[in-house]
Amino acid sequence: MNAELLSVRDLSVEFTTEGGVARVLDAVSLALPAGEIMGLVGESGCGKTTLARAILGALPANARMSGTALRFDGRDLLALDPRVAADEVRGRAITFVPQDPFSSFNPLFTVGDQISEVLRWKSPDCPPGERIYARSRRRSDRARALAMLRAVQLPDPERLLTKYPHELSGGQRQRVMIAMALLPEPKLVIADEPTTALDVTIQAQILKLLRGLANERGVSVLFTTHDLGTAWEICDRVTVMYAGQALETAPIGSFFRRPMVPYTRLLLDSLPSRDAALRGIPGEVPSLIAPPPGCRFAPRCPLADGPCRASHPPPTEPAPDHQVRCHHPRIETVPA
Amino acid sequence: MTDAAPILELRAVETRFPLRNAWGRQTDWLRAVDGVSLSVARGEILGVVGESGCGKTTLGKTIAGIHRASAGDISFEGNEIGGLSPTAGRALRRRLQYCYQDPGASLDPHWKIGRALEEPLVIHTKMAAGERRARVRAVLAAVGLPETHLDLYAHEISGGQQRRVGLARILMLRPSLVILDEPTSGLDVSVQATVLRLLLESRARFDLTYLFISHDLAVVRLIAHRIAVMYLGKVVETGATEAVFGAPRHPYTQSLLAAVPVVGGARVTETFWLEGEPPSPTNLPTGCHFRTRCPRAEARCAAEAPALRVLADGRRVACHFAE
Repeated sequence: MNAELLSVRDLSVEFTTEGGVARVLDAVSLALPAGEIMGLVGESGCGKTTLARAILGALPANARMSGTALRFDGRDLLALDPRVAADEVRGRAITFVPQDPFSSFNPLFTVGDQISEVLRWKSPDCPPGERIYARSRRRSDRARALAMLRAVQLPDPERLLTKYPHELSGGQRQRVMIAMALLPEPKLVIADEPTTALDVTIQAQILKLLRGLANERGVSVLFTTHDLGTAWEICDRVTVMYAGQALETAPIGSFFRRPMVPYTRLLLDSLPSRDAALRGIPGEVPSLIAPPPGCRFAPRCPLADGPCRASHPPPTEPAPDHQVRCHHPRIETVPA
Repeated sequence: MTDAAPILELRAVETRFPLRNAWGRQTDWLRAVDGVSLSVARGEILGVVGESGCGKTTLGKTIAGIHRASAGDISFEGNEIGGLSPTAGRALRRRLQYCYQDPGASLDPHWKIGRALEEPLVIHTKMAAGERRARVRAVLAAVGLPETHLDLYAHEISGGQQRRVGLARILMLRPSLVILDEPTSGLDVSVQATVLRLLLESRARFDLTYLFISHDLAVVRLIAHRIAVMYLGKVVETGATEAVFGAPRHPYTQSLLAAVPVVGGARVTETFWLEGEPPSPTNLPTGCHFRTRCPRAEARCAAEAPALRVLADGRRVACHFAE
């Protein structure tokens, strides 16, 4: 129904490390319609943060990215000149909410200074490449910042601007982070585990806020999390990743009710709220330097056979709007 | 479970830390644990839950003797261990072990696993070297690790395996009570499930009692017989797990349970009502600590702190309005 805002096709990322070349993302494909909240879920080391950073264009220097396409809003980010990307896309059309609000602020500057630094370069009133910060724009940006701080439900925003990060609580800092991510009026916000460091009552408040603001402003969100409960709360659609491979993408309802890929099913069974909660998944995540040649979950998968060990299948769509990359998806018919 | 003498009993335990100004003069106290009374029956699993800063870890460390209780009594297997100095308490506490939150950080990176496991026996027992090694091998097998791991260093094994080594180290001295501080935090769900299963198996095999400290309510519900909910240094509600989870009576417990996302359940983001954040523990409100966020707060809540009252079903709640 919506136009695709982001389309990733066969994206691979390799890191050169002392131990060899680690293929952290292996031909990942992903499509994000405009206005949707897409969850990237998976356990630690599955590559969800790397994928988020690859889309943002913020990979470390030892990473090498290759792929068929990384299209965002009509542009190919793989082919785009890095300077144009820095000016027009990063921090402007795509913004970022980090995992840890405690270490993401500069402790030596006030919150107000750090917000105005964002607006100086990335304000929607500021044309790309503008170097002058005119007084009129300074005033309108300040009003904009105050309005946004009110929108994220922070009390007394004028006084907040003069505070230092250590004077705020974790929940308040994450609210400021969300405000800073929304100030440039982006089309896509990448939120990398934004509630992992927060307590559960604060997490509920932040998720409610993020979902409300994203829907109200029509912003798409790519939301990485290892917590399936959080994904259930906020996402419209979920992609599950394992060891650098995307295995299954589905709308939230059918993802949790009718998961098809064995890994997803085992992961859901491991949730502490389930009856089979103490089962877990035997075995360990493979090394990314010498991964299994086919499906990377094959060594731990109860259904694995020859083809699984030989190849990672291309995406198929066994049910409408439900993509999997698995040789043995379990397809359940919907009870009438 | 109630007729036997409790293995651990706390009466009005307080742990305070001095707050000092820039000249090092003490200005006030931070009351991390503020009058906690609890008892743990032999063989049971008591879950202690609460958000960060509620004092649950300080409580665990006070029981283990890592912090000294400022006031109150702690009796463990009939012996009073509360006010003792670390040296005097050591012999009494041998059967009480504390399992650190992150075993990856609490294992010595220069030591092989085998040496780390043997150390408690060297300190606390007079076993011969051969006996010690036999015990190490037996316990390592009990936690499901291969013997080859004895020659590995802590950084060479995964997070889930580090937890197993942490537990093996605790089991070396055959404790009766183990304080588990966030035993599953930082683990992925698939690994968490196997660690929890190991904890339950070890409990049955070695006849253990657990004090299970965690912020993860779903895990506590799965594993604990009784729970104690803490808020800013005080226990606000305690009772049988299913009773508390099924029908929480304290407004804080109600909001805490309402905040946990449940896959397939109602969306918390649409129903959650609690506003604001906990006040700073250095500047606590008068009366009930929760009144600043509580929807039912009245003048009485500011005037007097509610005591833990026993309700009809046997649970205890510290709220003026709970019935």
